[in-house]
Amino acid sequence: MSILAAESANPLLPPFGEIIVGLIAFAVLLFVVVKFVAPRFEQVFQARRAAIEGGIERAEAMQAEAKAALEQYRAQLAEARNEAAQIRDSARAEGQQIIEQLRAQAQEESARIVARGEEQLAASRQQVVAELRGQIGSLAVELAGRVVGESLADDARRSGTVDRFLDELDQMAASNPAGNGAVQPADGANTGSSVYVPEGKR
Amino acid sequence: MTSSAHALGDVLAVESDPGGGFTPPGIGEFYPEVLTSFSVLGVGFEITRITIIAWVATLAMIAFLVATVRKPEIVPGKMQFIGETGYSFIRDGIARDVVGPKGLPFAPFLASLFFFILANNLMAIIPFAQISPMSKFAFPLVLALICWVVYIVVGIKNQGLWPYFRDIMFLPGVPKPMYLLITPLELLQNFIVRPFTLAIRLFANMFAGHMLLVTFALGATYLLSVGNFSAVFGPISALMAIVMTFFELLVIFLQAYVFTMLMGTYLNGSVEAAH
Repeated sequence: MSILAAESANPLLPPFGEIIVGLIAFAVLLFVVVKFVAPRFEQVFQARRAAIEGGIERAEAMQAEAKAALEQYRAQLAEARNEAAQIRDSARAEGQQIIEQLRAQAQEESARIVARGEEQLAASRQQVVAELRGQIGSLAVELAGRVVGESLADDARRSGTVDRFLDELDQMAASNPAGNGAVQPADGANTGSSVYVPEGKR
Repeated sequence: MTSSAHALGDVLAVESDPGGGFTPPGIGEFYPEVLTSFSVLGVGFEITRITIIAWVATLAMIAFLVATVRKPEIVPGKMQFIGETGYSFIRDGIARDVVGPKGLPFAPFLASLFFFILANNLMAIIPFAQISPMSKFAFPLVLALICWVVYIVVGIKNQGLWPYFRDIMFLPGVPKPMYLLITPLELLQNFIVRPFTLAIRLFANMFAGHMLLVTFALGATYLLSVGNFSAVFGPISALMAIVMTFFELLVIFLQAYVFTMLMGTYLNGSVEAAH
């Protein structure tokens, strides 16, 4: 340590040369930082920000895309549901129509069958009436023969025979006009059946 | 600090044998022997080890900064991360947040200030250097004068010559008679006190720190060499020197930051109109 010369030196009064040395040293550092270090750091900061912002933008774009896809999917789903409902409705309507058609067909058929039954009924009644007419004739002849053959031997028997015959005739007469008048499908069948139970109904 | 060092030295000198005595570190610490001297245009230059330390510190800091930005990448490596952290610390913490929205262009200047002071301060505890050029008043003075010029020029440029001085001399919203008191104070504060406080704060901290370290270090070696009971205090003194070295590390960073921070607030006053 060279104390001798320096002991009296005032530390607050620096030599001018030292100031210049300090100035130059700082100037060199300042130059390097301003020209080289700071711009590069700023560049890096800028690039980093751009990278981060780019990343955020990409993420946002992807999110938007996903959202759009979801919307599309939902729309399609709604459309499909709508379509299914429509198909169901139309199927129901068609089924209803088919049922109506079948019912109408069945009614028609049953009406046709009933009509044919009545036709046959009328025909057989006609036939029966015709047959009975013939039989009545022959019966009358037969009865007349019997009346004549038996003579007057037994009054009571004779009167009984006559009464029986007349009863038979009465019965015939009562049934004939009623059977001819009945042509209605529902009622006619009923009246017909009460009179001609055995072969009238089929 | 010097006086207390002297006092300590006196005490120790009395206690030890009168023949040797303890030579306390003095102002001579800051005036090492001149290695070579020359003169340019009548200005004498004396190259001492402190001059060399200043150059080594500055060049090392430049080398470090250049190394951190040699291959700048978006995802920084270890080296780049350290440099970036330091630069962002000043750029965001002072240029942007203290100077204000118009402060970013000053980031390189403020960062240079910080890095320069830090590099030179660190020399205070780096082995074999162990003295900071900032404990020579010339270096802080240069920086303070540069700052002084910068904040005045920036103020005039941003606010205009007259409005800048008017706002400093006549603070708006102050009763007129008060100007008698406030105007001289403001002028003194803005144009004389500020640069000197900047310079002296940094200088005095580094100066005192160095004296403290040297006193404990020399005290330790001396106490261990006296050969009587005082030798037991030697290790304590050495321990204190180590503790104080860590304390000095704190002061190194703090003073570099405080200097830059204050310059940031001065720039803020210049960039934005007075309120």
